[in-house]
Order: sequence, then structure tokens, then C-alpha cells
Amino acid sequence: MSKVLMKGNEAVAKAAINAGCRLYFAYPITPQSELIEYMAKMMPTVGGTFLQAESEVAAINMVYGAAGAGKRVMTSSSSPGISLKAEGMSYLAGAQLPCVIINVQRGGPGLGDIQPAQGDYFQATKGGGHGDYRLIVLAPSSVQEFADMASEAFDLADKYRNPVMILADGMLGQMMEPVDFKPAKTDQEIEAMGHQHESWCIHPNQDGDLKHHHEINSLEIDPVVLEKHVTKLYEKYAQIEANETRHELYNINDDNEILVVAFGTASRVVRSAVDELNAEGKNIGLFRPITVWPYPYEELAKCIGPRVKQVYVFELNTGQMVEDVKIAVNGKVPVNFWGRVGGMVFTPEQIKEKLQACF
Amino acid sequence: MEVIATRPKSLRDVPFTYCPGCTHGIAHRLIAESIDEHGLINKMAGVAPVGCSVFAYKFFNFDMAEAAHGRAPAVATGIKRARPDMHVFTYQGDGDLAAIGTAEIVHAANRGEHISVFFVNNAIYGMTGGQMAPTTLPDMKTTTSPYGRKVDDIGYPIRVCELLDTLVAPYYIERVSLLSGPDIIKAKKAVSKAIQYNKEGRGFTFIEFVSTCPTNWGIEPVKALVWAKENMLPFYKPGVFRDKGAPE
Repeated sequence: MSKVLMKGNEAVAKAAINAGCRLYFAYPITPQSELIEYMAKMMPTVGGTFLQAESEVAAINMVYGAAGAGKRVMTSSSSPGISLKAEGMSYLAGAQLPCVIINVQRGGPGLGDIQPAQGDYFQATKGGGHGDYRLIVLAPSSVQEFADMASEAFDLADKYRNPVMILADGMLGQMMEPVDFKPAKTDQEIEAMGHQHESWCIHPNQDGDLKHHHEINSLEIDPVVLEKHVTKLYEKYAQIEANETRHELYNINDDNEILVVAFGTASRVVRSAVDELNAEGKNIGLFRPITVWPYPYEELAKCIGPRVKQVYVFELNTGQMVEDVKIAVNGKVPVNFWGRVGGMVFTPEQIKEKLQACF
Repeated sequence: MEVIATRPKSLRDVPFTYCPGCTHGIAHRLIAESIDEHGLINKMAGVAPVGCSVFAYKFFNFDMAEAAHGRAPAVATGIKRARPDMHVFTYQGDGDLAAIGTAEIVHAANRGEHISVFFVNNAIYGMTGGQMAPTTLPDMKTTTSPYGRKVDDIGYPIRVCELLDTLVAPYYIERVSLLSGPDIIKAKKAVSKAIQYNKEGRGFTFIEFVSTCPTNWGIEPVKALVWAKENMLPFYKPGVFRDKGAPE
């Protein structure tokens, strides 16, 4: 198929519909508004449900209902709206409901601004809502990858009965790039997918068995039972950690002098700087985590070659990923950090300057 | 021996968690009987709230979802939109529906969402131990209004039926009482009508039950019924606020 020039917000919406998403609930917020607008326009054309909720809180709870009914469902928002969804995300994780949540991050805290940022890393990877739970979090770095992650996110959500977040940012949402779309799932495929959760989800009781009773629930009032439930979740998360880390290596070799770690939009800028310095005779490797939960600790650890003097982390926040990098590096070499915040995006020249100072 | 009354099929054979003298059990039974009578048990889904009826998801004999506090109408919206072939209701108390979940109920009603909402109003938070509800009467004492509800400070109780009746979309809104035998017979008719409209896909239906909370009111069950008749019903007047299906 020929490539289509599209904004990230629209591309991921189109890809979600292609992946069989037929229910979408959300509330407008910049810089993800093109996503909700695309869904408003396109969902009716495929017989799907688009509903503009009264709040992000309502939207995520509509997701809870539709996911509890076993259907592919999505919501999207930007940072302040994701905070409002945090309650619902905890319930979704507790009740083990598959769904996809997109965060097109903007500057924070509070209302912040509407420019790209990565300040929700902790919220996405370390909790956000209450209780002991994890989201699977995918961090794209191009419009193509953002779009590709829609179907991957739904597949992971279905596989593990767990909410999956795509952690993008205002740059990826607003930027236009050529995108190659996967073929859309057929109505028959979507119908077949619609039955995959019938062992536990809300659905009509076709055979009329009076014992049929499914509960979509995160409440376990008996601590003995709740401990078992949370332990079961923990075991599931361990399985996800073992099987589902994703990362990208760029110019990783045994002669790397510096190892750079960056994710999402930040990694795009950093890559340009790394290219320029390597062309000048330096040897810098770039490690890009694609899943930020589960974090690819082991894969990152393997990239610390014999000549690496230090690891440098660049983020559009105040260093929220640094502690994960430090876990991976485990004290072998120093870990340095530089970032910009408030919706300011660093330039390749600035990154180059920081890296040059290391030699 | 002829059996003349038995447990509705739509209720599971599990013990209720409600206090003695509480009217939740009556409300549950009226809903379950109506679902049985309309033959909907195999196509029904319910949403339980947070509050005394938090365990309602265990009591009804079909698929149930347990919602976050106040969010039942949003969860029901998600279920109904995902499974239009099913019939969906929420069961909510006054704190859940009229305080923390005010936005969700108003907007579900305003969309004319094709769900039924059963609202139990006993003017108090039961599960958490008797705190002031949005429907607590003026000067009524609760654990968080120990000197009585001061309307100058905290406002007047909310009449939810009247509030929802300002919206265009709702199909049927009625307030009933569970305070006497004849009232319960009337309540049953209202519940049955709501379930019938739900079955027919008419739109948003809403039933408020004026109820009691002997435990947290600190009154014996029979006296609680009398107290509610004397104090609740003058403020929360039973009646049909909206019935778009009524013969002209």
C-alpha cells in the first residue's frame, strides 16, 4: 500500500480502527484533539461507536464498561486528562480489562502548556492510579511507529487482559509523516475477536444456563482473597516483563565510548546528534526503550560495552527515566542526564554540545 | 404443597449483606421479579455502585459489573454501547448517584442513554457509617452533620427526579416509596414499567426509591418507616415526573 501523509493523532486513530477498535470514548484536550475529531468522523462510517463523554472520568469508565463487555475499546487524552483517568485505569487493571489508552503528553504540572513533553513517565510506568498495578506502556518515536502500536497495543491488551498505554507526546501527535497502514481487519475477523473473551466478559447468556454469572470487578473485601488476586496480577506482570520488552539499538558496538539512552520524541533529536558526532569520528551508541514498562533492563545492561565511559540520558522532563537506566547500569559506569522541560524541545546542536563535553 | 412465592430467578441464592430492616432487599426483589416477568434474565446486565449495595454484583443472577464510586451510569453506557442487544441497568445509592456521580447521572440521562437507573434514597451514607448525603434532610443529624444539616452552610438536599426532569431526553422518571405494603405494590408497577421500556428500547428510565436506613438513623425498622413517611415523603414526593410512553 502506498504511504499516506498524516498527523500522528489521526494516524493512530486510523490504525486503531484498522485493528478492530469499534468503540471509542474521550473528551477533547489539546494536543490530542485531532484524534477525537478523527474518531468522530470515521467511527460512524465503520458502524462503530464514537461518544464524546462529559469528562475524562466518564470516558475511562465507559471504556471499563465496553472492555467488560469484551470489545476492543480505546480512549485518548493528554496529560491533565490522563490524571483524571487514573482512577479508572486502576479499576481496569484490577478487573483485568483489556483496552488501549493513548497519552499525547504535554507540559505540566497542572495545566502546564500544550507543547510536547515527557513529564508523565513516572505516572505511566510507576502507577498513576492507586494500588499495586502496572500498565503495559509503549513509547513511539515516529508517526509510523505510533500508528503501528495501535494494533500491537490491542493484541497485548487482549493477550494479558491488561490496559495498555501508548505514551506519545504533542510532537508525535501534531507532526505529519508518511505512514504505511496495515490492512484493516474485516468485519468477520472483528466478529471472531468479539468472542475471544466470552469465558469471563459480560455477554448475552445464549444457552440460558441459570448458573451463568460473570462479574467485572476489582473489589475483594476479604484480605486473604485480595492477596491472592494481587499475587496473581504480580505473576502476570512478571510474565509480561519476561516476554514483552521492546527496544531499538542504534550503532551499538564494542567500541562505543558513550551510550546514550532516550525514548520517544527525545530519541529522534538525540539520534541526529549521534549521527553527526559519529560522522566526526566519535563512537556513540543509542539505546531506545520502546516499552517503558516493562523496561528493557537486561537489554540495556548488555549494551554497556568495554569502552563505554558513561551513559547519558536525554529526556523532555527532569530525568524521570534515569532511575530505570541506573537499575540497568547497576553502578558499572556513571549515568549523566540532561533534559528540557515546560514544552521546550532540545535541538541536535544542544545534545551534540552536551556529548562533546564528555570526550 | 403449592408454592405461591419463591426467589426470583434473577436473584442468586446467596445471603444479602444488608442490615435487618433495610429496604434494599425489597428493591432488589422488585427489580429481579420484573426482569423475570419480562423474560430478560439471559439478556440482562447490571452495574453495582459503591455504598451499601456495593455487593449487588453478587446478588443478581446475570452478568454484573462493579463500578467505581459514582461511575455506574458511565460503565452502563459502555456496556450498552458495546452490547446493544443486552439490557442494562444501574443500581445506585444517594451518595454514589447524587454527590460523587452527579456528572455521570446527569449526562447519561441527558444523552437518553438506553439504560434503567434504580436510585435508592435513604438520605444518608450507609456503608461508611452514617455520614451526610446530598439527600440528607435539613437539620437532620448525621456523623458529619452532628449539629444537623445547616442549609445556609451546606445547601439543601437535592431532589434528583426533579433535577433530571429538566432534561429533554429521559423517557420515564418516577419516584416511589418502599415504606408500606401498598407503596411497594405501586413501586413494583413502576419498576416493571421501567424494565418494559428498557426491553422495548425506549430510552432512559429512572426510578427513585424513598427508603430507610434504620441502622444509621438509629431508629428501629418499623419506626424508621414511620419517620420516613413523616419526614422524607413531604420533601421527596412520590409521583410520575415523566412518562413518554403513557397513553395521551
